[in-house]
Amino acid sequence: MTMPSPLPSVSQSPIGALAASKPLVEVDNLKVHFPVRKGVLFQRTVAHVKAVDGVSFSIRRGETLGLVGESGCGKTTIGRTILKLTEPSGGAIHFDGADIWDLGAVDTAAFRRRVQAVFQDPYSSLNPRMMVGDIVGEPLLVHGVNPIAADRAAAVRELLEVVGLSGAMAGRYPHEMSGGQRQRVGIARALALKPEFIVCDEAVSALDVSIQAQIIKLLEDLRDEYGLTYLFIGHDLSVVRHLCHRVAVMYLGKLVEISDSDTLFENPQHPYTKALLSAVPIPDPDVERTRPQQVITGEVPSPIDPPKGCVFHTRCPIAVDGCRQETPRLQQIEDEHWVACSEIHHEAQGTI
Amino acid sequence: MTAQEGATITQAAQGLETVSITRPGFLASVARDKKAIVGIVILTILVLAAILAPLLAPYDPNNMDFEMIESPSAKHLLGTDDLGRDLLSRLIYGAQVSLFVGVSTVGISLVIGLFLGIAAGYYGGFIDTVIMRYIDLQWAFPNFIIAVYLVAVFGTGLSNVIIAITLAFIDDFARIARGMVLTIKEEQYIDAARTVGVSDFRIMWRHILPNAAAPIIVQATVSISYAILAEAGLSFLGLGVEASTPTWGLILAESRSFISRAWWLGLFPGLAIMLTVLSINFLGDALRDHLDVRETTEI
Repeated sequence: MTMPSPLPSVSQSPIGALAASKPLVEVDNLKVHFPVRKGVLFQRTVAHVKAVDGVSFSIRRGETLGLVGESGCGKTTIGRTILKLTEPSGGAIHFDGADIWDLGAVDTAAFRRRVQAVFQDPYSSLNPRMMVGDIVGEPLLVHGVNPIAADRAAAVRELLEVVGLSGAMAGRYPHEMSGGQRQRVGIARALALKPEFIVCDEAVSALDVSIQAQIIKLLEDLRDEYGLTYLFIGHDLSVVRHLCHRVAVMYLGKLVEISDSDTLFENPQHPYTKALLSAVPIPDPDVERTRPQQVITGEVPSPIDPPKGCVFHTRCPIAVDGCRQETPRLQQIEDEHWVACSEIHHEAQGTI
Repeated sequence: MTAQEGATITQAAQGLETVSITRPGFLASVARDKKAIVGIVILTILVLAAILAPLLAPYDPNNMDFEMIESPSAKHLLGTDDLGRDLLSRLIYGAQVSLFVGVSTVGISLVIGLFLGIAAGYYGGFIDTVIMRYIDLQWAFPNFIIAVYLVAVFGTGLSNVIIAITLAFIDDFARIARGMVLTIKEEQYIDAARTVGVSDFRIMWRHILPNAAAPIIVQATVSISYAILAEAGLSFLGLGVEASTPTWGLILAESRSFISRAWWLGLFPGLAIMLTVLSINFLGDALRDHLDVRETTEI
């Protein structure tokens, strides 16, 4: 990559065996700004919603990267941009070395086969007018994998069984299934083209807890069996910790911390990450009642006019004057651990 | 009977084991709807009457007689008009024109309107602006006024009436289709389809159109009623087909002068129009209710 980036690709950091593998997905200084338009006949752009504002990270082959942050921080937008659903305003995304927003029709079709998605809402992500068999078979049809209907039906049955459904469910409509079953259908559709990389956008958030566990188990099993790479977007930190090798934390369109999963949860550095983790309830009422909680006050500022300097300074408990002036860059404090906070960096340098 | 064949889809029938779902077919569920049956029966009678007009009509619709303005009798079941023509025969032949105008105008304007509306809604931006500003322009005028204007430009006659009514109705369909597309476009299954690599055309055809169908079908049936009324209205104003053609609207229009002494001349064509419109509306309601797979399945 020749583009200047505020962050050297994480994968280039000199660490263990995983790091040696080539990154499958590289997100480089990604910006997604949505124009805010006004006017009736002649619309002019009056501002931009900076949904994603200069985010860089990479995902290695076989790895699961978690992307967390509160609602509206831009995590879903990143997922959509990687899926070629939302066009970026700046930066680049490389999949297996190729810029995905610079692909011709043939390469785009190939890209579609290799990258799939599991969506958040199992009720909205399946076309209510199509039978399950047609939904799961559609990728096979449009890519000409199984042009013959009977072959396709057999492949669909097999896929449904892989995700733990009965092949007979091919004849059902989505509304005849439960939320968990529907989400399995969504996963079967994502698997149909034998992809390498799957974006799971809040894939379990809409399910109730017992079903969540089943779907997470399924995602894990599939990862192990097919060697899948996941980008797991979520806000349930316990799920993310369980499933992900590395976790990236976002706030207001920017990456504030990225680290391997255990380090992040055991030793969070960024004040926002700390607050986020301390908001996770501990399932022991005595501990829960007495533990020190770091509560951040105030609202998330508008992404139309984000604060100058560090975007978190308006709510940060340790902010100093410098934070209002200078935008912190992600800095490496441990092998796999990068934090975008100038204050933390000073502290941390003493300890490492 | 196909209704029963489609009534139960069992997985076993497809050579698979497990659960069977009872899914009454479209026809089976319509068969339980009394209003739908009334609509279908009336409409079938009207269509058959129109097709079999030469066989059914007791007289030539344009055959004049000296028995002018006669009240209904055994010889002339619905009486005669001022030129001594048999009203029943004229109404039966009139069904041909009225139904043809209704179906053809709506059929053509539906296709054009859907095309414009879906393209505008799906692609947005410049295409949307161009199409919808034209539609807005047309929407600013009542459909009937546009039809009157177009007939005034093109001249009278059956084909011009059809063209005029067709053009006048396009905006309704375009507007509804666009609105539906804008809603459906935001559904995750559209994103899912794009992620899978489904082409724009297939997304519109397989994912958007079936989910937009219900309100469009209802609008279509309402529009058929309006088209029949529009033709009647144009004929009533003397802007429709030429005077000798028997159409319901024209018969009604001509009855005006004799309304005080010949009640049958106004009543029967009025009834024919009313029954047609009513039965088509019943049918539209039934289509809307029973085409939705979500409402017809019983697990």
